Amino acid sequence: MNEQDEFDGDRFDGDESVDHAPAPDQAPALIMEKARKVYPMADSEVVALDDADIVVEADEMVALVGPSGSGKTTLCSIAGGILSPTSGRVVVGGVDISTFGPKQLTRVRRELVGFVFQSVNLVPFLTARENLLVVDELGRRTGAPARRRADQLLEELGLADRAKNLPGQLSGGQRQRVAIGRALMNDPKLVLFDEPTSALDTKLGMAVMELIRDEMKSRGIAAIVVTHDERITQFCDRSVHMEDGKVL
Amino acid sequence: MKLALRELRRQPGRFAAAGMILTLIALLLMFLGGLLDGLIRSSTGAVRALDADVLVFSSSAENAFLRSRVEPALRATVDAVDGVEQTAGIGVLQLGARMPDSGPRELLDIALFGTELPPRSDGALPAEGEVLADESLRQRGVTEGMVLELGPGRSPVTVVGFTTDTSYLGQAALWTGPQTWREVLGENRPDQLLGPDVFQALLVRLTPGSDAAAVAERIDEATGAATASLTVVAAADTLPGVQEQQATFNQIIGVTVTIAIVVVALFFALLTIERAGLYGVLKAIGAESRSLFGGLVLQAVVLTTLSCSIAAVAAVGLDLAIPPGSVPLRISALRLITSLVYLLVAAVVGCAFSLRRVLRVDPASAIGSSS
Ligand SMILES: Nc1ncnc2c1ncn2[C@@H]1O[C@H](COP(=O)(O)OP(=O)(O)O)[C@@H](O)[C@H]1O
Ligand SMILES: [Mg+2]
Repeated sequence: MNEQDEFDGDRFDGDESVDHAPAPDQAPALIMEKARKVYPMADSEVVALDDADIVVEADEMVALVGPSGSGKTTLCSIAGGILSPTSGRVVVGGVDISTFGPKQLTRVRRELVGFVFQSVNLVPFLTARENLLVVDELGRRTGAPARRRADQLLEELGLADRAKNLPGQLSGGQRQRVAIGRALMNDPKLVLFDEPTSALDTKLGMAVMELIRDEMKSRGIAAIVVTHDERITQFCDRSVHMEDGKVL
Repeated sequence: MKLALRELRRQPGRFAAAGMILTLIALLLMFLGGLLDGLIRSSTGAVRALDADVLVFSSSAENAFLRSRVEPALRATVDAVDGVEQTAGIGVLQLGARMPDSGPRELLDIALFGTELPPRSDGALPAEGEVLADESLRQRGVTEGMVLELGPGRSPVTVVGFTTDTSYLGQAALWTGPQTWREVLGENRPDQLLGPDVFQALLVRLTPGSDAAAVAERIDEATGAATASLTVVAAADTLPGVQEQQATFNQIIGVTVTIAIVVVALFFALLTIERAGLYGVLKAIGAESRSLFGGLVLQAVVLTTLSCSIAAVAAVGLDLAIPPGSVPLRISALRLITSLVYLLVAAVVGCAFSLRRVLRVDPASAIGSSS
């Protein structure tokens, strides 16, 4: 099987470039074709994602907008290898993950994508810096390069002086920034933000969005930002609307 | 893995309760084991100290010295068996010993061994009227040069030295030559008196290279089953009470280990439930179930090892605090390590009950559940 072969390599993408400038001919970060997710219920079924088509270019930042229950989280979960689609094709960073099993999807999450969750989910007994380094400890450890990367990210995120603080000692905005740093630790192709500012007040939310935009653009990493706040969309290259599981 | 160790270090309070219970269980395990070792040791010391390979009883004796008789003719038959280098007569007599100046009811329980071979190769057999005494008697006030009066006949013997680890069925052994033993036997149990050159049992030393079990079989064959021979090692196990003690204590130890499994299983099951959210997030960012479960086991193993270390220190302290001779507690390194191994196995088995729960945590639980 073709996907199987790609797992024998060190990483999915093979070449590990240190600078993050996107090559002009780089593959899209995400291609979804007729991606469908159906939850069977007792006597009916819920179509959470209804034949969704979406392409996110390698350095593109897309806002995913839609009412609650329209399938935004489901789309992100499938794009990030957290859920498998019931049918359809999903290609992340050039790797077709449509038919991947749980083990392969774990590796997709570890190596190809980054997540920033709605509720900030840092490891409570680890410092900000250690929360970033956890990512390195999940897979094949790189040690010193990972520590350098963590320090650099903390610096960029304005957290250098908070590196040794536990999450409990950080403000909501600071915790969200640590979560952003964690999502970038594995040098992903695509970062998925599920309502990243919903727990923050407007002013702080805008500041975090600005930071997200700067980080993504300077690294040339693609992002999908789920929101139902129209003001967030101004930070993105374009908006994609969803309704009833369909991409409009 | 690193995550699991960090959690132990940063949030030790979370593990304190389980650690305390495990420490108590470990201490109980070490104490029980130590008690068993002490009891077995005080039962079998004298037999283990015999400087021979095979012990020959008469066949009707059921391996008990008191019921056994070996006549000179039988001994000659044994002497002729292939692999037998040397035989020595042995007999034992259990009675009370009185120290000088002690009250009429203050008796020491002793076992007087009369033998043609001294216990272990290092000592020589004491002269007539003299005995070597088991070291435990020192704690009871027996000193070198002291004259003990044995039994109702008050047969006097002089203590000329001490031997280590030579208790017999919980009684301290006195070692003497056959002559003195026979005299004391006649003065105190005239009914059991044996004729000259008749012994209760025979000690057999083998020619180099012979197999003890095989020679024991050949002896019984040669005597036409008039003897029941067994290796000295096996003889220690057949002493009355030894196997019963072992069985009883091992049952209690088994129950204790089972309790440890339950404690670990419950504690880590609760911990796993508590951590479901964290596991979900870690899986969502690429952690494998295997490494999460590995971290859990690692925590249990470290916790158990710490608990056992504390318990081991406590057990050694207890051993030192208990006055010698009162409780037959014997804390050995082997017993401490065995207890640790039992509890480590219990910890891993206990963790296994949480394996399914760790595997079942869905990474999807990390994302969007609140939308
Ligand atoms: N695990 C699930 N089981 C059943 N239905 C689900 C499950 N997850 C989501 N859904 C349903 O799928 C639809 C889309 O959900 P979701 O993607 O979370 O929407 P959004 O993030 O846009 O609010 C909703 O109707 C939701 O109730
Ligand atoms: Mg959602």
